[in-house]
Amino acid sequence: MSDITLNASAKVAEAVPRSAPISQVGFVGWLRTNLFSGWLSTAVTLALGYLIIRWAIGFVDWAIINAVWSVPNNQTQACRDLRGTGACWAVVTEKHRFILFGTYPYEEHWRPALCIALFVGLYIVSAMRRFWRKELALIWVGVLTLIGVLMWGGVLGMPYVPQERWGGLVITLILATFGLALAFPLAVLVALGRRSKLPAIKALCVIYVELIRGVPLISLLFMASVMFPLFLPEGMNIDKLLRAQIAIILFAGAYLAEVVRGGLQSLSRGQYEAADALGLSYWQKTGFIILPQALRLVIPPLVNTFIGFFKDTSLVLIIGIFDLLTAGKTAIIEPAWQGFGIEVYLTVGAIYFIFCFAMSKYSQSLEAELNRHRRH
Amino acid sequence: MPQFGPSFMRTMGAAALGLALALPGVARAQAPAANANTFDAVRARGQLVCGVNTGLAGFAQPDSQGVWRGFDVDYCRAVSAAIFGDPNKVRYVPTTAQVRFTALQSGEVDVLSRNTTWTLSRDTALGLDFAATNFFDGQGFMVKSALGVKSAKELEGATICVQPGTTTEQNLSDWARANRIRFTPVVIERLEEIVSAFVAGRCDAYTTDVSGLAATRSAQPKPDDYLILPEVISKEPLAIGVRQGDARFADVVRWTHFLLLSAEEFGITQANVDQMANDPRPEVQRILGKNGELGKMLGLDNLWAVNVIKAVGNYSEVFDRSLKPIGIQRGPNALWTGGGLQYSPPFR
Repeated sequence: MSDITLNASAKVAEAVPRSAPISQVGFVGWLRTNLFSGWLSTAVTLALGYLIIRWAIGFVDWAIINAVWSVPNNQTQACRDLRGTGACWAVVTEKHRFILFGTYPYEEHWRPALCIALFVGLYIVSAMRRFWRKELALIWVGVLTLIGVLMWGGVLGMPYVPQERWGGLVITLILATFGLALAFPLAVLVALGRRSKLPAIKALCVIYVELIRGVPLISLLFMASVMFPLFLPEGMNIDKLLRAQIAIILFAGAYLAEVVRGGLQSLSRGQYEAADALGLSYWQKTGFIILPQALRLVIPPLVNTFIGFFKDTSLVLIIGIFDLLTAGKTAIIEPAWQGFGIEVYLTVGAIYFIFCFAMSKYSQSLEAELNRHRRH
Repeated sequence: MPQFGPSFMRTMGAAALGLALALPGVARAQAPAANANTFDAVRARGQLVCGVNTGLAGFAQPDSQGVWRGFDVDYCRAVSAAIFGDPNKVRYVPTTAQVRFTALQSGEVDVLSRNTTWTLSRDTALGLDFAATNFFDGQGFMVKSALGVKSAKELEGATICVQPGTTTEQNLSDWARANRIRFTPVVIERLEEIVSAFVAGRCDAYTTDVSGLAATRSAQPKPDDYLILPEVISKEPLAIGVRQGDARFADVVRWTHFLLLSAEEFGITQANVDQMANDPRPEVQRILGKNGELGKMLGLDNLWAVNVIKAVGNYSEVFDRSLKPIGIQRGPNALWTGGGLQYSPPFR
C-alpha cells in the first residue's frame, strides 16, 4: 500500500468531480476481480451462474418441494405417481434403521446406535490435543472392548448377537477404525524395518510391502473369504468379519508403511547423527527424534490414505458383509421400494461425506498447528 | 544327466502352480469325510446355519426390520422346523455368488438355499450335493408391448440388454447362434442400470431368468407395458445344496421339500393342519404322523410334518407369500397334477 498524502493547496483549481473509485476490497471488490474482470469472464460467470441457479432450483424442487417424506405401510404408489419429479425420501424414512444397523435384531438397535456414538466420541477425544497422553491408548482399548461387548452381548442381560447379523454404518466404522488403528503401528514398524541394517528384517518388510501392494484389495478379501477357510482344519471357522478385518489391516499396513517411510527418508542425516552423538539408543532416537518429525511431515498423505481406506471398506460387499453401502443397496431390493436408488445413495453418500470431510478438515488444522514453526 | 533348460523350469513351475491350486482341492476332498455328520452337528449346535442370497427380491431379502424373508428363507425355516420343531432356530449367512460354494465346503453354512442352478459340474467337482429343486427357472426375454414382438424368434437384429459374466450371456449367444439370429448385445453390470437402460429404450429386449424378468416387470409403474416372451432358452433348476457325504441330512432337506409338495397335493395348509390329522386318507395320516413312523425313519420327530406346515404352510403358500407378489406365475413350478414339474415321491 502506498501512502498518498494530499497536498491540499488553495491554489489548485477545484478538482473535477469524479465518480467514486472502483472498490477493490470487500465482497463487491472480490466479485469484480474474480468474476467480472473482463467481458469473457463476465460471460462465463453469467452462463455458469444461470446453470447453477437453474440446477439448484431443480434440485430444491425435487429434493424438498415435490418430495414425499413418508408413506403408510409400504404403499409406494404416492412415490411412483411423482414419476421422478420429486424425491421419495419415504424410502429413507422407512429403511433408515436397516441402512444404519443392517440385520441387527430390531429391538436391540440401541446397542449399535450406542456403538456409533462411542466411535464418534472416541474420534473427537482423540482429535483434541490436550488428551494426547499415554492414557489415551487405555481409553482406546477400553472403548473398543466396550463396543465389542455391546455388539456381541451375551452378558449383563443383553442377548448374544452373532456377527452375521451385524451390519450398516457400525460395520463400516468397525472395519475402518480397527483397520487403521492396528495398521498404523504395524506400518511404523514395517517402515522402520525397511530402513533397518539387519538384512533379514529388511527383506521381510520389503517382501510384505511388495506382496501386499502387488495385489488389489478385492483379491485379498477373496483370499481371506474363499481360500483361507479351505486351509483351516475342519470344524474351525474364523469369523468372516475377522477375516475381512485382517485382510484390511494387512493391506492398509503396507500402504501406510510406504507413507511413513517417505517421512523417514525426508529427514536429513544430521538428525540421525545428532541423536547418535547424544548417545541415544536406537529406540530413543526413533521415538524422540525421528518419528515425531517424520510423521508430522506426512500428515497429508496419511490422511489421504485414511480417507481412502474408510471408503474402501465398502468392498466387503463382495464377500457378503452388510456394510453401510451394501445395506443401502439391499434396502432397495424389496419390490415395493425398487427404483428409489438415488435417494438411498444420496443419503449413504452424505454419511460417507460427513466422515471424510471431518477427517480432511481436521488434518488441515492439525497440519497448520504442528508445522507452525516452519511458517515464515 | 538331462539339461535343466527353460522347458524343464517351465514344467517345474507348472507343477508347483498345479500343486498350489490342488491344495484347496485336497482340503475340499477331505472336508466332507471329516465332517460327515452335518445332521448331528446341527442338532448338537441347536441351530441351522443357512446360506442365503445377499438380497434377491422374492427369494431372500431382509425387510425394514432386518428380518430375512422370501422363498429361499422359508425353506431354511422349514428345515429348521423339521429338525427342531421351531422355524426360528436358523442363523442366516448372506453369501455372494462367488463365496457361496466355499462357504458350504468349509462348513461355514450347513445348507445353501440360495437360487443356485443345479449343473453336473457343480454337483461333481464342488463337493456338494443338490438335495431338491425347489424352483424351476429358465432364461427368457422381456420386450415392450408396444414393440409388437410376440416371439423371441422375431428378435432378428435387435439390441438385447444382458448382464456380463453370468451364464446368461453365454446362453444368449448360444441360442442366437443356434437360431441364426443376429443381435447387438448391450452389456451392463448393475441390475438397476440395466433395468433403467431397458426402460429408457436403449435396448429392444432384456434377457435374464424369467423369475427376474417377472420381478422387474412388476416393479414398473405400468407392468402391462411389458411382455415376457414365451420362449425359455435355458434350464435353470434352482436347487438347495448340502455338503457331500451326509446322506441323512440331504434326506431331511429333500423330504422337507417333498413334504411341502405333498401337503399342497393333499390340501394340507397352515390353517387346517390340525384338522387334517383326522383326514381318513392313509397317505395324509402317514404324512402327519398319525400312522406309521415316517418321521422316525428320517431321524426326526414323528410330528415333524405338522411342525413344518405350521411354520411355513405348503408349497403353494410359500410360493404365494413371496413370489406371487412380485408377479411370478407358477408355470413349470405347478404341481404335476396341474401340468407342472413339481412332483413328490409317495410318503410310505
